Amino acid sequence: MTRLECLRAIYEDIQDCAVVTIMGATSAELHSLGHRPNFFYLTHAMGLASSIGLGLALCQPSRRVVVLDGDGSVLMNLGGLSTLARYGPRNMVEIIFDNESLLSVGGFPTATATGTDLAACARGAGIDNTVTARNADDFVSAVRAALAGEKLACIVAKVEAVGPAGYIVDTHMLEDRFMFARAMRQPPQNGGKMP
Amino acid sequence: MPVSEAHSRVVYDALRASGVKVVSALPETWLVHLIRMAEDDPNMILVRLAKEEEGVGVSMGAHFAGVRSALLMQNHGFLQAINGIVSGAMLYHMPLLLMISDRGHLGEKDPWQTEGGRYTRRVLDALGIVHDELRNPDEVAVKVDRAMTLAQSSLSPVALLMTRSLMWEEPPPPPAGPPPAAGLAAPRAAGERPGGSGA
Repeated sequence: MTRLECLRAIYEDIQDCAVVTIMGATSAELHSLGHRPNFFYLTHAMGLASSIGLGLALCQPSRRVVVLDGDGSVLMNLGGLSTLARYGPRNMVEIIFDNESLLSVGGFPTATATGTDLAACARGAGIDNTVTARNADDFVSAVRAALAGEKLACIVAKVEAVGPAGYIVDTHMLEDRFMFARAMRQPPQNGGKMP
Repeated sequence: MPVSEAHSRVVYDALRASGVKVVSALPETWLVHLIRMAEDDPNMILVRLAKEEEGVGVSMGAHFAGVRSALLMQNHGFLQAINGIVSGAMLYHMPLLLMISDRGHLGEKDPWQTEGGRYTRRVLDALGIVHDELRNPDEVAVKVDRAMTLAQSSLSPVALLMTRSLMWEEPPPPPAGPPPAAGLAAPRAAGERPGGSGA
């Protein structure tokens, strides 16, 4: 499965959540499916997407927060998984697209290509509610279960190392940043709201 | 422990008064009272980190949520967090209040702390981060409030260095010897900075 297929399949489920993505292919693909003010694309600051999600989730417990992370980014902040587990925000879903490579910079293999299991890392860090999805059906089911639940969830999606032709999106990063901040001042709607 | 609990309380109360609702921290000796105060405060969200750089992300998330935060870190923790500060907070124009314990400066007995003390201010300057020192409990409230105000208005990191003069309770001085010769005591006292010698 590809990350784009996964994103397309869950777009409607996550469209009202606060979504924080990592840079590169993930942000470009989500953006290509339709930008929303409640989507924030973290350019640079590799590893910190889950930390931003944690800060947001702890401060706004009534809003669902979805982080779209990647293997390279998570490997840069493995300790962040332990912090996430420690506070276990029930309104947060950490999705890790694992394509076993640093695709944006030429496809060099990450450590998940040589045996590191990020789901095991997450579970070992203390996020019990962790699953690995290897096909689109399992992925969508896992995301829907996580969004219906009230427990911190981690979903590791094993995806092909393919991405878009380019990573440029037509909104400037600062425009996104202020748009997202403004969106977070509004009360969450529909599926973005915790029960 | 000679870390001042009373002055830690002054710093903690100043953070609360400036609207801080989230504190991220990685423990170090000078920060233990502050972290316990945050832990005991039902109105404070304390995020204990594995590594200081995470705290930049937590503060960014808090800012998005409209909540004020502060990072408690040793100066080595500041050095650790620099990529997050530059490529997260500065790139995205995010307010950060960095409360940095000023280890490795005058009076430091631990050899392993001394390198960080040598470079902290210069690194802050190189990054263009406005910084000031907290030396005296009387200046804490106003400086914390002003640092928070500047961080929020400039959407930038601002650092306050919590010095030994503020954070450390020195053991009582040795018994007084003979009084100093007339003429020596006054100039020496006049050369001291408020809050003590920093030793």
